[in-house]
Amino acid sequence: MSPVEAVMRRELRSYFATPVAYVFLVIFLVLAGILTFYAGDFYERGQADLQPFFVMHPWLYLILVPAITMRMWAEEAKGGTLELLLTLPMTLWQAMLGKFLAAWLFIGLALALTFPIWITVNYLGSPDNGVILAGYLGSWLMAGTFIAIGACLSAVTSSQVVAFVLTALVCVLLMLVGQPQVLDFMQGALPSRLINGVAHLSMLQHFEAIARGVLDVRDVLYFLLSMIGWLIAGVLLLDLNRTR
Amino acid sequence: MIETDQLTRCYGNLTAVDALSIRVEPGQVLGLLGPNGAGKSTAMRMIAGFLTPTSGTARVCGYDVSREPLKAKRALGYLPEGAPSYGEMTVREFLLFIVRVRGLKADRGYRRFEEVAHRLQLEEVLDLGIDTLSKGLRRRVGLAQAILHDPPVLMLDEPTDGLDPNQKHAVRQLIDVMARERTILISTHLLEEVHALCNRVVIIARGKLLADATPAELEQRSRYHGAVSFSAPGSGMSQEMLGRLPQVAAIEVDPLDGRITVFPKLGERILEPVETLLREQGLEVSEIQLERGRLDEVFRQITTNEGGVLVRGDVSKVTEGGA
Repeated sequence: MSPVEAVMRRELRSYFATPVAYVFLVIFLVLAGILTFYAGDFYERGQADLQPFFVMHPWLYLILVPAITMRMWAEEAKGGTLELLLTLPMTLWQAMLGKFLAAWLFIGLALALTFPIWITVNYLGSPDNGVILAGYLGSWLMAGTFIAIGACLSAVTSSQVVAFVLTALVCVLLMLVGQPQVLDFMQGALPSRLINGVAHLSMLQHFEAIARGVLDVRDVLYFLLSMIGWLIAGVLLLDLNRTR
Repeated sequence: MIETDQLTRCYGNLTAVDALSIRVEPGQVLGLLGPNGAGKSTAMRMIAGFLTPTSGTARVCGYDVSREPLKAKRALGYLPEGAPSYGEMTVREFLLFIVRVRGLKADRGYRRFEEVAHRLQLEEVLDLGIDTLSKGLRRRVGLAQAILHDPPVLMLDEPTDGLDPNQKHAVRQLIDVMARERTILISTHLLEEVHALCNRVVIIARGKLLADATPAELEQRSRYHGAVSFSAPGSGMSQEMLGRLPQVAAIEVDPLDGRITVFPKLGERILEPVETLLREQGLEVSEIQLERGRLDEVFRQITTNEGGVLVRGDVSKVTEGGA
């Protein structure tokens, strides 16, 4: 078994050894349900799709993903296990990847457990299941980006609270940066070319495109590259911590 | 083998480890001694590859820990200070996690796991959460983790800290057995441990190497080395007589129990003359003792002596069964 797999299995096990996993799953499923049916007007729209369900995901992730990732490195630094982990024969990359994959798989499980809502919509009408699948994929990719951000920022500090706040802050900035209000606000200050660039950084735009069922390679690439970028930054930060 | 060459580590303006060069050979059990904050743990963390040296190099079995970290880490078993482990795991889960990360083959890994659990008497607690264990048990779990892959080099940061005398004895026996053919570096501030375990001692303070010698050589530097002490009621008279012996440098009387210690002049042996004198005086001596020297006194002397001279003993002959 490779070190990546060993670390991933250990992390997953530790989610379920503590209440973290169960609390997360329950809150995620309850909130996803409530937001979809009440805030999202699931019935009143009279359309057989999961649009109102997926639209809420970024906001769910904004609160719940930092709660998962904040402990990733901060807890190890605080408890002294970081020294144990980093003196085992594996690279920082392998350790980072193992932890990241564990969190990503865990979110994947949470998403999979929302299947009753998919059954409901299929029972009520005949939705385009391809679009729904794309929605799930987009949601999972976005969650991966949130997790990569959290994994990186958890390496900054040994305080879980700081890690949580930093992650939530960066995530909300990346979500909102492409919104019309924000772009309008920047209209006067920045050249339009730059504003176009900024708009492309927005997670919401890329997510909404996928959630509509348009599986554009560029949107998928955006999420994959974001993940890789944040994970690289996290590894560099961990390495920097060893020299400080 | 462990080698460090001018190993240095700074935290801001503070130099925690200052140009430390040591070399530990197979068969040696080197005790790294020093007051708290001397840089023992920092030095070990650099050798283990957890901290990056500010300058200088460290090698484990010939592998530079900065250039070939994976090979160096594979050759090393390391118990970090405080024996950290994942509290939410059971002992079994934790040790099998280490087996997997270290990439041991399934059958060999499991055999080693059982062997080590047996050796450290962990069989009964294998399915308990590490968080629920006593400090001594947790320390043993940490030790188990360090020796699972049967490493040629072992580095233990305060291995017996927090153990009761029986557990200390068990751990020392374990280290003793492992010491053959292996290179072992132990940090400690327990001087009794040095006697029990180490065939070589390195003393550092403020990050600097202050002494590198065998325990016996260090003891010889003690003022008590070769001194004779005894208890005898009504020995006021003989004290004066003792003082007149040509080999005697000084006499001290313990104000509490009245025990008399006679210090020799440099290089003199005084057990025989003192005994003869006491017999001639017809004094009832309950028990008489020749002192080997006191390590704690030497330790104090070396570590509090600002700008002192480096104490270097002849450690070249220290190998398996030596010293």
